[in-house]
Amino acid sequence: MYSEKVMDHFSAPRNVGEIENADGVGEVGNAVCGDIMKIFLKIENGVIVDVKFKTFGCGAAIATSSMATEMIKGKKIEEALELTNKAVVEALDGLPPAKIHCSVLAEEAVKSAIADYYDKNGIEHNINIGCDCNCEGCHKHDH
Amino acid sequence: MEKRFVYADNSATTPVYPEVLEAMMPAFGDVYGNPSSLYSKGGEAKRILDASREKIAEVLGCKPTEFFFTSCGTESDNWAIKGAARANASRGKHLVTTKIEHHAVLHTMKSLEKEGFEVTYVAPDSEGIISPESIVAALREDTTLVAVMYANNEIGTIEPIREITEAVKAYNNKIVVFTDAVQALGNVKINLHELGVDMLSISGHKIHAPKGIGGLYIKTGTRVHTFVDGGGQERNRRGGTENVAYIAGLAKAIELADKNLADAPRIAKMRDRLIKEIVEKIPYVRVNGSLEKRLPGNVNVAFEYIEGESMLLLLDMWGICSSTGSACSSNSLEPSHVLLSIGVPVEVAHGSLRLSLGRDNTEEDVDYILEVLPRVVQRLRDMSPIYPGNK
Repeated sequence: MYSEKVMDHFSAPRNVGEIENADGVGEVGNAVCGDIMKIFLKIENGVIVDVKFKTFGCGAAIATSSMATEMIKGKKIEEALELTNKAVVEALDGLPPAKIHCSVLAEEAVKSAIADYYDKNGIEHNINIGCDCNCEGCHKHDH
Repeated sequence: MEKRFVYADNSATTPVYPEVLEAMMPAFGDVYGNPSSLYSKGGEAKRILDASREKIAEVLGCKPTEFFFTSCGTESDNWAIKGAARANASRGKHLVTTKIEHHAVLHTMKSLEKEGFEVTYVAPDSEGIISPESIVAALREDTTLVAVMYANNEIGTIEPIREITEAVKAYNNKIVVFTDAVQALGNVKINLHELGVDMLSISGHKIHAPKGIGGLYIKTGTRVHTFVDGGGQERNRRGGTENVAYIAGLAKAIELADKNLADAPRIAKMRDRLIKEIVEKIPYVRVNGSLEKRLPGNVNVAFEYIEGESMLLLLDMWGICSSTGSACSSNSLEPSHVLLSIGVPVEVAHGSLRLSLGRDNTEEDVDYILEVLPRVVQRLRDMSPIYPGNK
């Protein structure tokens, strides 16, 4: 059901953990829906120098968290903001249709952590975290 | 720790036993005739068919003319429910079932609702037991069918079918009582004569026969429409050339299952040890379903702060086959309807795990599961943002 890439990132997830005094923290999802992602960022001079995550969720949720953190590590904030769920899915060699929402969650966890960093530093932004935990809506969308 | 393979998903399916395969072989070879053909080549096949039906009737305690072969448990459930509901529609269009039925029953009921039938879904108690009183409370003057499963596929609860049947018949003798016994067969002694139900469905692959064969018991005199129209097979009740090889396999499997009931106490002992030690070794765990009225091999537990599909995948990496009621393991967005119906909170239901032991499991398998499972749960909890740390 899952690609080898997904199984690789699920069985040996990269960047698991927390960052103490993180510069930005984002948490999306909820336990009732069955997945929560929390991403911690360490930012220096506009660059994400370290990133960690903690995830409650299925294999795809853990794999997308792992892949998303890999994809933004060492990147400028502006580049990380351009990360799309589609790019995460492609990097994982695809996800089953029912699991696409996990990649949406990963994208939003990253955005939410960056928004938190901006907020903490008084930087204006218009980052919009779209997930209202209406899972049906998420599944219907063509992300 | 050395990795081993442990199949602990016997409620999902079981391997075909060599004796069963052996019983099937003649019909794959020289006995290829159509049982409906009048010449002797057909007669050879007909003899296998008849002998199989007689054997099954003997074990289940019914007349051979009351047992019909189908393609699977789901077909049997569809036939029983749709067939009885439609055949008795002139007397009423109200049906009673439970919230913990298999989808083969629930979705059949939903389909009948679209045809204009009204269905009452009776809730179990917090242990997963359906009481006769709760069924009777749902009965009405226009009720024509009651469908309650014999044993639940997820939490393994064994329902008081005999008592429910007595209570329903005392209310109105004309109400048809059907039970889905797919999970019960091979785990509980089924004596149709004593049980009193009008219809009972079974499936082969849960008892070491192959996938693709099932059966339906229909007590003489029960009004049920034909479900599969065709060439007059199964006494005009179920069309389609008989699957002779699989029928022979089903008969052998039922014969073996009956003998192997003697093994149930050994399996139940492994089950009880598993439950006891899981609760001892792993904090934040909940055991689902009655501990007394339970299938001998069923373990159903839910771990807080983790999700079932990732647990299942990690267990698989250790060679353990299991199952979960998490929404993420299916294509639906809801976790198990059975767990929700007994009051398991949604977020906890996501972390449920079913282990179903069978005859081929050993105490070594139990030891191995008890070694691996705590590690898997802890690993996922260490990764979980909602895990508060061990007590």
